[in-house]
Amino acid sequence: MSESAVLELIGITKDYYGVTVLKGIDLKVKPREIHGIIGENGAGKSTLMNILFGMSVIHETGGFQGEIRIDGEPVVIDSPARAMELGIGMVHQEFMLLPGFSIAENIKLNREITCSNVISRVMGKSMETLDFKAMRQDARSALDHLSINIDETLPVAGLPVGYMQFVEIAREIDKKNLRVMVFDEPSAVLTESEAGLLLEAMRRLSEKGIAILFITHRLDEVMAVAHSISILRDGQLVARMERDQARIDKIAEWMVGRKVERSVLAKRPVAEDEAEDVILEIHDLSVEMPGEVVHRFDLKLRRGEILGIGGLAGHGKIGVANGIMGLYPARGSVFKDGLPVSLNNPRQALLSGMAMVSEDRRRVGLWMDESIEMNISFTAMQVQGKFLWPGPLERLRREDRTAMREHALTMIKDLDIRCTGPQQIVRHLSGGNQQKVCLARALTMKPDILWASEPTRGIDIGAKQLILDYLVRCSREGGMTIVMTSSELGELRRICDRIVIMYEGRISGILPPDASDMEFGMMMAGKYQSGKGVGIDGMA
Amino acid sequence: MEWLKSRPIFWQNGLIESIGIPRIIIAGFLVFLFVLAVVLKMDLTFLISDSLVRIGMNGLLVLAMVPTITCGAGLNFALPVGILCGLVGGVVSMSLNLRGWVGFGTAALLGIVLAWILGYVYALLLDKVQGQEMMVGTYVGFSMVAGMCIFWLAAPIKNPAMVFAIGGQGLRYTLTLENYYCKLLNHFLEIKLWGITIPTGLLMFFGLGCALMHFFLKTRVGRAMAAAGSNPLFAKSSGVNLNAMRHLGVVISTVLGAIGILAYAQSYGFLQLYTAPLYMAFPAVASILIGGASLQKASISQVVIGTILFQTLLTIALPVTQTVLSGADVSEIARMIISNGMILYALTRGERRR
Amino acid sequence: MKRGGVEVRSFGYFLQLRTGVFSRSMVPAFFAVLCIIGVVVAKLDLNYLINEIFTRLGRNTFLVLSLLIPVVAGLGLNFGIVIGAMAGQIALVIVTHYRIEGLTGLAVAMLIALPLAVLFGWLTGLVLNKAKGREMVTGMILGFFANGLYQLIFLVLVGTVIPMNNPTLLLPSGIGIRNTVDLIGVANALDRALDGIWDGLIMFDLGPIPVGPWRIPLGTWLVTGLLCGGISFLMKTRLGQQMRAVGEDGHIASVAGIPVNRIRITAIVYSTVLAAWGQLIFLQNIGTLNTYNSHEQIGMFSIAALLVGGASTRKAGIGNAILGVFLFHTLFVVSPLAGQAVFGIPQIGEYFRVFLAYGVIAVALVLHAWQNRLPAKG
Repeated sequence: MSESAVLELIGITKDYYGVTVLKGIDLKVKPREIHGIIGENGAGKSTLMNILFGMSVIHETGGFQGEIRIDGEPVVIDSPARAMELGIGMVHQEFMLLPGFSIAENIKLNREITCSNVISRVMGKSMETLDFKAMRQDARSALDHLSINIDETLPVAGLPVGYMQFVEIAREIDKKNLRVMVFDEPSAVLTESEAGLLLEAMRRLSEKGIAILFITHRLDEVMAVAHSISILRDGQLVARMERDQARIDKIAEWMVGRKVERSVLAKRPVAEDEAEDVILEIHDLSVEMPGEVVHRFDLKLRRGEILGIGGLAGHGKIGVANGIMGLYPARGSVFKDGLPVSLNNPRQALLSGMAMVSEDRRRVGLWMDESIEMNISFTAMQVQGKFLWPGPLERLRREDRTAMREHALTMIKDLDIRCTGPQQIVRHLSGGNQQKVCLARALTMKPDILWASEPTRGIDIGAKQLILDYLVRCSREGGMTIVMTSSELGELRRICDRIVIMYEGRISGILPPDASDMEFGMMMAGKYQSGKGVGIDGMA
Repeated sequence: MEWLKSRPIFWQNGLIESIGIPRIIIAGFLVFLFVLAVVLKMDLTFLISDSLVRIGMNGLLVLAMVPTITCGAGLNFALPVGILCGLVGGVVSMSLNLRGWVGFGTAALLGIVLAWILGYVYALLLDKVQGQEMMVGTYVGFSMVAGMCIFWLAAPIKNPAMVFAIGGQGLRYTLTLENYYCKLLNHFLEIKLWGITIPTGLLMFFGLGCALMHFFLKTRVGRAMAAAGSNPLFAKSSGVNLNAMRHLGVVISTVLGAIGILAYAQSYGFLQLYTAPLYMAFPAVASILIGGASLQKASISQVVIGTILFQTLLTIALPVTQTVLSGADVSEIARMIISNGMILYALTRGERRR
Repeated sequence: MKRGGVEVRSFGYFLQLRTGVFSRSMVPAFFAVLCIIGVVVAKLDLNYLINEIFTRLGRNTFLVLSLLIPVVAGLGLNFGIVIGAMAGQIALVIVTHYRIEGLTGLAVAMLIALPLAVLFGWLTGLVLNKAKGREMVTGMILGFFANGLYQLIFLVLVGTVIPMNNPTLLLPSGIGIRNTVDLIGVANALDRALDGIWDGLIMFDLGPIPVGPWRIPLGTWLVTGLLCGGISFLMKTRLGQQMRAVGEDGHIASVAGIPVNRIRITAIVYSTVLAAWGQLIFLQNIGTLNTYNSHEQIGMFSIAALLVGGASTRKAGIGNAILGVFLFHTLFVVSPLAGQAVFGIPQIGEYFRVFLAYGVIAVALVLHAWQNRLPAKG
């Protein structure tokens, strides 16, 4: 491998509002090389690609440090257009295809082949007529490179998802100066056979001399095509290896990382016998949450336990809570204490004694333009009729500000919400304090079961600690049953009694918190291994 | 305003917005007109009395914007739907020859019932067109007005005071309320103070509407409606029925439109039929925007401030400019430019939050 | 935003396509039936009707065609064409003032209207770019706003700030333009421009049936035909392709490097200029300028006509425009007579056609919003 690198990233560091998301990343890729980039969600893969592609989010948030070199020359990439000029192509996670346009038109979008005419000679290039025939030929040859046999005059709308992916790739190939091609989790939407075709196409591309960056979390795919692999975790490059040195279990371990510190709090006092006290039984639950679909999920929740749900983003871990709480369309049956809970009805779910801390703080968790006290008491007011003056018609009872304030003050003290007072607008609070308000809102319902969905996402370490400790206290002292979903496996392992790992919308397995990194890593990557120790009673 | 609008810079830096430049301009203009009126030695007491009447007349129609904005359906450009209901109530009560408080009460009651029904139907329609409420509302209002024109022509009413003198078929363009309930509210508890006539009853009616709305917004269902409007997912996750809240908001707005037009008509002295209600939503929309409301958020104080600013401006602009420009009628033009300019401002201000 | 969204979005487009086809054929069919019923009920003289339609096709089609480009560029129905119409009317007043007559007068008016309309269109485009997602309502309000300014100029400033001394144009007070201005100088200038070749008159007897007199406004038809060709041409150019791309999905277009905002402004400028010229054609046919009403009405009627022709706010073609003008104007001619025949009250027919104009726009907007909501909300 004497060839020099076509693309080189040196010491890339990026922070968003004081939170460092990338720390000194070095990356090199040579022509003809397929370089796999692996990492959990939030490891910084997307940010890295945004930097490489000159996306505006990067510049709007203060740019980045470090250097990008192409053929050894430092370059400045300040817009997607510039990236394209430099020969960097990208297949996006979301398809960038116009449904009403034909395949050929999409491939040649904004790079149309035109011929001049009488009018264009007067009014300029924009009046040149399109040469559809030449465009079709170009599109054809690009598609042929991928050995895709499809009529290039068909409209994109209605194509199977897999074909759309190939049209995207064909569009990039058609750019004559293409040097580096980025695949950002391309196989996530593909069926197995389509994914196979995709890998084949990647190999072909690389043989043509194009360098490929392949971002994925499917370990076997990386193992199948990559020549070299980098692993990102928490914004750092933890390992780089050649294909022949890579082992799948090793990669899984690196990806998850050792960062387990058990909670200082006592283990669950309840004896874990087989005649368990089930508080919630979920049977055959399917949730249609875009991007977090859940398929036929079964679980028995024990009274008083803290259950963790983990897995990579997009595999449905968030969908469970959202489905049960009625926020997204769900099917299946749920019994709480033996009584059925009706799905698709948030009010019924709340009335049955469950509450939720949403992963989407800004839109679901909080009423941004209202006061802390209103946020905390709103749900209880609407569902349980708390904080209202007496009156004949319940719906027309007036809010009781004094009671709301009193309660808010207690919560502010309990959860250490840093604010100027209960009347402060939540928009002006820091992320951590906003999250505490969300938690206070759910706790005000005095639920039997608390669904905490990513309760520590995007908040500072102090708040994180406080929230985790508070959850444990609620469970151990208050007897509350808690289901916590988190992308951070470390924190699940810290406080949970059992951890469910989701893969492609299904339960991949249930592990005790002290299971090995490798077991967790393999389960998250869909390499199922039967869990040891804990009874897998959730698996039907 | 035009040069301002065409400059993106002014729109992007939030500084000027946060001060509320339109209100400053309009208030400044108002002061200027007042000074001009004093300089020109015009009858200020008359101007003020007139302004008070117009504030009371238009207030409820402006207030009708609050529930739709609160419930997330935006500005209610379909206000003519409610107005037509009120007019039908008025026409029926008149054809029954009901006068005074009975006549007004019957008209209002009928108007409310009709508005409740039609408002609900309209709300169901809005469910299908979320995000396009303004445009759809405008044209639903327009077509309702045009459709009702046919009704006014064909209405089976025989009261000779109400139908066209020639032919005896079809209601007149304007029906005089004299002998029915003309200025009923205006004259109720009317006070004369330093030469200013205060239409106490009318203002009280407006005030009552505001007070009830204020109370309503602080009740459980009022809060639910506000949450549904400003943060639907938050409301949904708190067990609020979003559709029901939007329906309720639209219905209340339509009902207010019906009552509002009757308050307007009794003060004006006429029921204006046919194409008169066509553009009636626009001044109401402009008023609340002048008061400082946005497409997402409105309060009672904004209703009051907006109505006072806009109506006073229009009342004073007419005589003052007529004196200055010797006879040209600028008030209608001013109304057009100010109200539409104000709506444009609100539309282009955008929601940066998304 | 993530992967899951893709499937939802493409599903939405399917639905849109399906309902689109459905409504596109339904609406014209419904109005055709209405027209036929009207003609039968009113016992209308067909020769009269056909002659009227020929005239009106010439009069209105150009204006309706001016709506097409913004639809392609995803801006919906351009309610802002009233602003273009104003530019045309300003030019007409100037031409009338200087007594430039005939085809020359019309040509000069077009030349004067061009820079005005470009300027107005550019301003409109800037405003509409500030109000993405609600272009139609913004365009409509912008039209009302501009109408206020227009009235301010023509009613107050002309004769005071703008010096003008022309008793035939000004109101008796010397301030402001008259409510109606006789356009005798340019009346039918384009309609009859080709009279030297053929005056367009069709009149003969087909056995016992008298055919005609129908008069084809040949010059106007020719110009309208040229515009149709021009629009078809535009759609095959690079600019047209960019407009289509922006109309399909602005975000994707911008990722592909298309300057979305500039393309949108360009589309509006084209539309505004065409509307200005269209209004000139419209008024030369009518022969009088209704200074304060002409432009307001054509906005609404042109949009209604396009929609009656089966267009939607996202898809409209030349065929929709011509069919729409044909159907809408047939109804326009027929409905007062039908109202008279059925109810004995001609006004009912008049109100009915206004109701139809508003109603068809309302229905089209509802359909548009309904179809759009599905992919957007997913």
